[in-house]
Amino acid sequence: MSSTVSATSQNEGWSGGNKPMKASYGKLMMWFFIVSDALTFSGFLAAYGFSRFKFIDSWPIADEVFTHVPFMHGQELPMIYVAFMTFVLIMSSVTMVLAVDAGHHMNQAKVTFYMFLTIIGGLIFVGSQAWEWATFIKGDYGAVKTNGGNIIQFVDADSNKRIALKDFATSIETEREQNLAKNGVWFMSESALSDYTLDEVIEGFEASPNLLVRTQIIEGNHKTVLSREESLKMLVDNGSYVVEGANLVDNEYGTPLFADFFFFITGFHGFHVFSGVVLNIIIFFNVILGTYQRRGSYEMVEKVGLYWHFVDLVWVFVFTFFYLV
Amino acid sequence: MADGHKLEIFRGLIKFKSNTQKIWGVLILLTIVTTVEVVLGIIKPPFMMESFLSMKILNWIFIILTIVKAYYITWDFMHMRDETPALRRVVVWTAIFLICYLMWILIQEAGYIFDTYDQGYIKRDF
Repeated sequence: MSSTVSATSQNEGWSGGNKPMKASYGKLMMWFFIVSDALTFSGFLAAYGFSRFKFIDSWPIADEVFTHVPFMHGQELPMIYVAFMTFVLIMSSVTMVLAVDAGHHMNQAKVTFYMFLTIIGGLIFVGSQAWEWATFIKGDYGAVKTNGGNIIQFVDADSNKRIALKDFATSIETEREQNLAKNGVWFMSESALSDYTLDEVIEGFEASPNLLVRTQIIEGNHKTVLSREESLKMLVDNGSYVVEGANLVDNEYGTPLFADFFFFITGFHGFHVFSGVVLNIIIFFNVILGTYQRRGSYEMVEKVGLYWHFVDLVWVFVFTFFYLV
Repeated sequence: MADGHKLEIFRGLIKFKSNTQKIWGVLILLTIVTTVEVVLGIIKPPFMMESFLSMKILNWIFIILTIVKAYYITWDFMHMRDETPALRRVVVWTAIFLICYLMWILIQEAGYIFDTYDQGYIKRDF
């Protein structure tokens, strides 16, 4: 085995300068870090899998959640934008390998150019993720949370398409204002009020006969839609408050766990991408200053490259488990 | 062999002339796999929605294609192909063993909890 140290080199090994498994110290340590970080991410994804299998009959359908593409308002284009983000990250991985390759040839100009492209790719990815978060937090249709903590959504009886609250809710005069610590007698505060109250939604629902309620329960490949009488009964008896968009407590697309995992896992990954970009920028300036040219080796580019590819590797799994499966 | 890189993929079915050419070749492969995933995810062929080993065939396909992508990212972008077998085994076997164990124990348990919610009387004990 290549890791076995022969008898002659064993004595020399004690004096240092030995390379086990023919990898330098820095590279080996980067690999060890990557293994431990891979286990962290698999812990998160396994926890996601746990919650999903626990609620296998009511988990939100990702295709219905992530349907937006920038500058394409009102069109349902599931997965197109995530596919684009995946491609950007793979592409920046490619420019990173090209930078490493140019480093092996001691070509400073090419390493600089490819490192620059890698940084741009990373920035586009982080920006896209921020946009994705903003869209998810804002939400699009709105829903009602029941007393039992479930989400009910509204669909058109004929087309089975989802209908936004703003398209049917009526307007009722109210003096209810957001409770702020600076105004209240007991200095209590609350989160922002939804655009519509539950009463407005119920009144609007009663006035539009072609609306139905859709529950969280999946039957076959679709969520269950109730009949008109059941819908009215569900909304009036069980409706608790209006939910718009997603946060850590409420999620208009279904169980709040989905939003919690989305924020946590993509957030943790986005933080990795961000740190990767920072590391890349540091190495980029070292390349420009000629540090590695003088050192006679571009191995530092290779080490930061390993990290950058790892970030891409993790995204491949996040993409599958969050958007595809 | 330039720079000591191994330039074959698919067990020697495709041989590249230079490392740069191999990188672009792998990019094309990864792009094709991602495109197949997205297209399958959008059209969702009905025969793939059948359940197989308690998961939809489509989801099995997605997971297998993901592992294929992970293999090429690790082997060619991270140069695992050029490392010694010992380093390869230390990294890959450790991760695969621990991840398989973690997935198995958590998903097994989640299925049990789902069944208890679904069929039993206990609703809020977990």
